[in-house]
Amino acid sequence: MSVETDAAQVIDVAGFSQLLGWLAEQGYRLVGPTVRDDTIAYDDIASAEDLPRGWTDEQAPGHYRLKRRNDAALFGYAVGAHSYKRFFHPPWETLWRARREHDTLQIRDEPSPAQRLALIGVRACEIRAIAIQDRVLMERDPLYRARRADTFIAAVNCTTPGGTCFCVSMQAGPQVSTGFDVALTELGGVDPPAFVVQAATRAGRDALTAITHRPATEAEMAAAATAVQHAAGQMGRQMPSTDLPQLLLRNLEHPRWSALAERCLACGNCTMVCPTCFCTTVEDTSDLSGREISRARRWDSCFTAEFSSVHGGSVRPGTRARYRQWMTHKLATWPEQFGTSGCVGCGRCITWCPVGIDITEELAALAREAAQ
Amino acid sequence: MEQLEQIIAAHPLFAGLRPEYARLIGGCAHNVRFEPGQLLLRHGASADEFYLLRHGTVALVLTAAGRGALTVQTLGPGELLGVSWLVAPYRWMYDAQALETVGAIAIDAACLRAKSAADHDLGFELAQRFMGVLVRRLHAARLQLLDVYGTHR
Amino acid sequence: MDTPLLDPLRPHIARVRSTRREAPDVWTLELDADQAPPCGFAPGQFNMLTAFGVGEVPISFSGDPAEPGRVRHTVRAVGAVSSALTRLDCGAVLGVRGPFGTGWPLPEAVGRDVVLIAGGLGIAPLRPALYQLLAERARYGRLSLLYGTRGPRDILFRRELEAWRARADLTVEVTVDHATHPWHGHVGVVTTLIERARLDSDRTLALVCGPEVMMRFAAEALGAAGLAAEAIFLSLERNMHCGLGTCGHCQLGGLLVCRDGPVVRYDRVRDALRIREL
Repeated sequence: MSVETDAAQVIDVAGFSQLLGWLAEQGYRLVGPTVRDDTIAYDDIASAEDLPRGWTDEQAPGHYRLKRRNDAALFGYAVGAHSYKRFFHPPWETLWRARREHDTLQIRDEPSPAQRLALIGVRACEIRAIAIQDRVLMERDPLYRARRADTFIAAVNCTTPGGTCFCVSMQAGPQVSTGFDVALTELGGVDPPAFVVQAATRAGRDALTAITHRPATEAEMAAAATAVQHAAGQMGRQMPSTDLPQLLLRNLEHPRWSALAERCLACGNCTMVCPTCFCTTVEDTSDLSGREISRARRWDSCFTAEFSSVHGGSVRPGTRARYRQWMTHKLATWPEQFGTSGCVGCGRCITWCPVGIDITEELAALAREAAQ
Repeated sequence: MEQLEQIIAAHPLFAGLRPEYARLIGGCAHNVRFEPGQLLLRHGASADEFYLLRHGTVALVLTAAGRGALTVQTLGPGELLGVSWLVAPYRWMYDAQALETVGAIAIDAACLRAKSAADHDLGFELAQRFMGVLVRRLHAARLQLLDVYGTHR
Repeated sequence: MDTPLLDPLRPHIARVRSTRREAPDVWTLELDADQAPPCGFAPGQFNMLTAFGVGEVPISFSGDPAEPGRVRHTVRAVGAVSSALTRLDCGAVLGVRGPFGTGWPLPEAVGRDVVLIAGGLGIAPLRPALYQLLAERARYGRLSLLYGTRGPRDILFRRELEAWRARADLTVEVTVDHATHPWHGHVGVVTTLIERARLDSDRTLALVCGPEVMMRFAAEALGAAGLAAEAIFLSLERNMHCGLGTCGHCQLGGLLVCRDGPVVRYDRVRDALRIREL
């Protein structure tokens, strides 16, 4: 389902910086892609200068390198290890603190994490991931709700997919269709960069009104559409087009899982980089006197032994069972629980797997072997 | 005699048994009664007769040095006591002790073995029924072995 | 004082009103609900109990649902948190979140025979159901409790079991896996009680709670006794953390046990329970 958008406009880099300035004036914290630790990482930004201008990335199973582009594109790269989930569902947070006085105990809430957050340069796969986490957490997690309630999304249509991307086969990209306020498409071969922009919400229109823009020409709109179509043809990977829930649930005891477990290190990287993985655990701590007590929540991974522990031991003691849990949850039982697939085709789990396990290849192999 | 046959046919072990088989089994059977504490079977003794329990409870007991008498299973009305008579060397592996006053039908093992050898249809009928009991007890013994209520760490 | 923001995530403070030792490692805590919310619950549901500074664990209600002011939980000291809970004295504070999860299908049991099958600590989540069944005794047919545990000293709620056994309108059978003298009750796994119970398979609803292996065997034995899978309910054991269906820990196949369970109909989980390490 797509949202209605206004007539396309064109802005240049100065206009883009005006957009960031306007959002900052409205009280938004700005977060977007930056170069950090030799990766594309999402962080606070203030102007176009903070973006990975002229950078791109090279991605393959277990492989990620930043490289220079031969132009000054602002969005000429795919996604890195970060996803936007950390801004709504942080890796670690204190839930509450308590203080014990004699025989009484008082619990204090942490300050509300409510925020005005503007996400800049959000790709279709990221928007889909946010929508998926919304379905899981929005109603049930008050902290997520507080962080998520006031979000401005400046989307970018992806024109540079990575080597492990497969959003097309997950029907998640590269074109953004919903869940944004404004959508940008970077026009290739224009130096300095220019963008075709469309507003989809009131906030998006207000933003466009406040910055320098002009109507897009037929040729510019066609160029933008072509760039996105071209990206759709550049996917490094493809998810098999079979009924994945059925394939997985009918093959829970398939020997392929054991073969996979021989390679998997159970490191949990895939769950940390996945933009939809939402599992958490809590840790209670107290000071030595037992007076100051707190509970923190942090991301957890179904690849740890403790994850499934019941008194008496782990329900999933081996890597085979843990990998199967991750993949079947993501692709087969997630739809049952939340009405969507848990995968957006961003390829992070492939790129950041230290041994290069490729979820699309594994599913293709399972489909092939199961058919025999 | 007729009454014994009816009791045998009414016992769960022999539910739906053909009347002529009930008659054959009845020919090897007699009524018995045990007082509380009395042994029905003795560990190591020859398995000469087994019991269809009608009233009261019986404990299968193993005595282990230093641990005393361990009850491994209790059996009650409607159940079968004694399966070692089915296979050589026809010896009991446990003591069976009456916990209450026990009423049972005792069946002469050698008599029934001879009748089964002579009539394989009867033998097959018996084998089916005893195998059912054995398999259920094997499953139960394995579950018992798992010690599912213990703390495993 | 109470900001709504953290409500589902922040425990309410409760106090231990009394403790009672049920077995060498099992205690029942009765909580003072003064500061806790009025804690109505359905038999089979659970609370998350916090031992402050140690952690939080899911514990089923074990008290009478008709007495919401007397919240009771029966806890076995196994890990750090449950051990800390069992060490709490009268007056000590603890945290309570809940109630969470699905309850036993007692409305479905009206007009039918009900057999409760408990293994070990599994009798605790069944006790509230039995309280309710007995309180509305006339609405049900035959009632029986089949309870199996490790040894005679591990039998919980002894005094009540004696009282229940004395009732003419309730059959109580207790068996232990291992016994030395002077135990004069049944010895053998709880499934042997099912075989002896002569259940009316068309009329009976079975409520089963205990270790997963025990429940699998019990469900098979109930099936062998003629009960349909739709007449069998299990209380699943997974590591519930959040109670809200958002932490992911308690999954069994597609089930989020804290939300879709712990009580589920057997046909919903039969296949999943047969798969190793799911």
